[in-house]
Amino acid sequence: MTTAPAIRLSTLTKSFGSVHAVDGVNLDVAPGEFFSMLGPSGSGKTTVLRLIAGFEKPTSGTIELFGDDVTAKAPFDRDVNTVFQDYALFPHMNVRDNVAYGLRVRGMGKKERNERADAALETVRLAGLGDRKPSQLSGGQRQRVALARATVVQPKVLLLDEPLGALDLKLREQMQVELKEIQRSLGITFIFVTHDQEEALTLSDRIAVFSEGRIVQLGTPREIYEAPSNSFVADFVGTANVFTGDIARAVVGKAGAFSIRPERMDVKSGAKAGANSASGSVVETIYVGSNTRVVVDLDAGQRVNVIVSNDENPNADKLRGQKVVVTWSATDVVTLSA
Amino acid sequence: MNKASDVMSRRDAAAVPQIRDTVARRGSVFLSSHPRTRLGLLIAAPLTWLVVVYIVALVALLITAFWQVDGFTGEIRIDWTLNNIVTVVTGELYHAVTLRTLGVAIAVTIIDIALALPIAFYMAKIASPRMQRILVIAVLMPLWASYLVKVYAWRSVMSGEGILQWFLNPFGIEGPGYGITATIITLSYLWLPYVILPIYAGLERVPDSLIEASSDLGAKSWASIRHIVFPMILPAIIAGSIFSFCLSLGDYITVNIVGGASQMLGNLVYTNVGTANNLPLAAAVALIPIVIIFGYLFAVRRTGALDNL
Repeated sequence: MTTAPAIRLSTLTKSFGSVHAVDGVNLDVAPGEFFSMLGPSGSGKTTVLRLIAGFEKPTSGTIELFGDDVTAKAPFDRDVNTVFQDYALFPHMNVRDNVAYGLRVRGMGKKERNERADAALETVRLAGLGDRKPSQLSGGQRQRVALARATVVQPKVLLLDEPLGALDLKLREQMQVELKEIQRSLGITFIFVTHDQEEALTLSDRIAVFSEGRIVQLGTPREIYEAPSNSFVADFVGTANVFTGDIARAVVGKAGAFSIRPERMDVKSGAKAGANSASGSVVETIYVGSNTRVVVDLDAGQRVNVIVSNDENPNADKLRGQKVVVTWSATDVVTLSA
Repeated sequence: MNKASDVMSRRDAAAVPQIRDTVARRGSVFLSSHPRTRLGLLIAAPLTWLVVVYIVALVALLITAFWQVDGFTGEIRIDWTLNNIVTVVTGELYHAVTLRTLGVAIAVTIIDIALALPIAFYMAKIASPRMQRILVIAVLMPLWASYLVKVYAWRSVMSGEGILQWFLNPFGIEGPGYGITATIITLSYLWLPYVILPIYAGLERVPDSLIEASSDLGAKSWASIRHIVFPMILPAIIAGSIFSFCLSLGDYITVNIVGGASQMLGNLVYTNVGTANNLPLAAAVALIPIVIIFGYLFAVRRTGALDNL
């Protein structure tokens, strides 16, 4: 017997007037998977999340949850829970009552639900803060309350709508680790919406990259990063130097569209351009700690970014204005579909 | 040319005008370093207005309740007495009118809240932005017309040959005629905008995501309203109820026009000031709604509903 997917979306479409926010999305998410939907704002990823949660009704298509068609069901009838971008904590309730809310509306007695809420608060390292109001907590703490509130009712799937977006960098990195740990220990499916490609790459088992209401690439973080299927993915996930048309012919030596990651390139001064290299002049160097970003205007007529390790090339930040040769290895050239 | 002079010459070329030293600027400089003077200037005028016009006038009126009228001359004598208070507290007429007035105010408040909640919910959470603007104007529009015109309009609606009776005739129902029912209907109409607007504003401040979160956590619509929406808009509902309740307690014109022979506290004040020429007794009667409203506000405060304001 094969187990049904945690989530199955079939030709899911959502239109607002003449705008197709979600345009025929097909997707299977396996049970226990940490699945990210990555895309710029307006790409439809949040709408897909809201369709799964039940806050929006699809224009056409179906949503299945472990084999059950839930397309027509109300949010309170679905075994999924959401961590909202703004956390959506109830301001008139204290933290414990917030976390216990899902148990309360299911009719659980006060004593038991409070015990479970306190236990849930402990797993997100907020033990002892149950009596505070949400307004008395920091952003990171509210984030954890939202997480505890959504997981205490033991959903089959947890939906997270850019949950780390409002946190500062250090806290965000810390919460990423915790999210991953919580997901492993609970063993439930996470659907994570983000526009932060690094976050998606760090956390996910698989990623769907969204653009204009469609999935443009689906794969593991490594596949997405190292073998982007088209120039949109190459450019959106990390930075990429994309060559097309005449410039591709001049630089790569073939017709088509190609992408080379900046960290896979190197700059050499005083060398001659041959195969897998191109000459140009350095416009700008930006020192970023462990690396230096070197911006080069190629003689072929395109600006490229090159990331040079400061260990291997300690003088990279003094190259501004010099003629250089940008080099790469043939295996780092990724052929794009468009 | 060295770097510094290069910067200097560029600055000359851009020629940003110098800030001029005016009297207004000196005044601002002085105020920015003297916060107490600043605060004093800001609130002196409104505070004077509040104290002199509102509080002193009100206190003066209430003190009058402890004076008496000379039986012969009809002049007010400043002889301290509790007679007026005793009359008002013990007189059966005053009991009856107070209870009637209280009943009318409570009925008007309940009717207005019951009408305002669904209208405000539709305005704040369902209507399109365009519809929302239209509805806000529609709610405000009755306030543009004179109070008297509206009450007389209701008088004609509820008269024996009025549109209400014409409407009810086919069903064989007798209209309410002039009396307490007509007063309650008219006052409910008059104060409805004052109840809708604060509730609408309160609902606007409840983020949609909270309602979604409640539903997401398994609460059906009614549970979401009871546990999330209602507690959050309770201060707004109370704000609206303070309007309808207080305005109804003090009204005497509506009851005069559509109330038939019924009297409310306002009528007693009016007749005591005018016909009976007994200002101290009128002041004593006027104390009744003030005491009731203080009691109401105190009760509201005790429920903790104002903590989340």
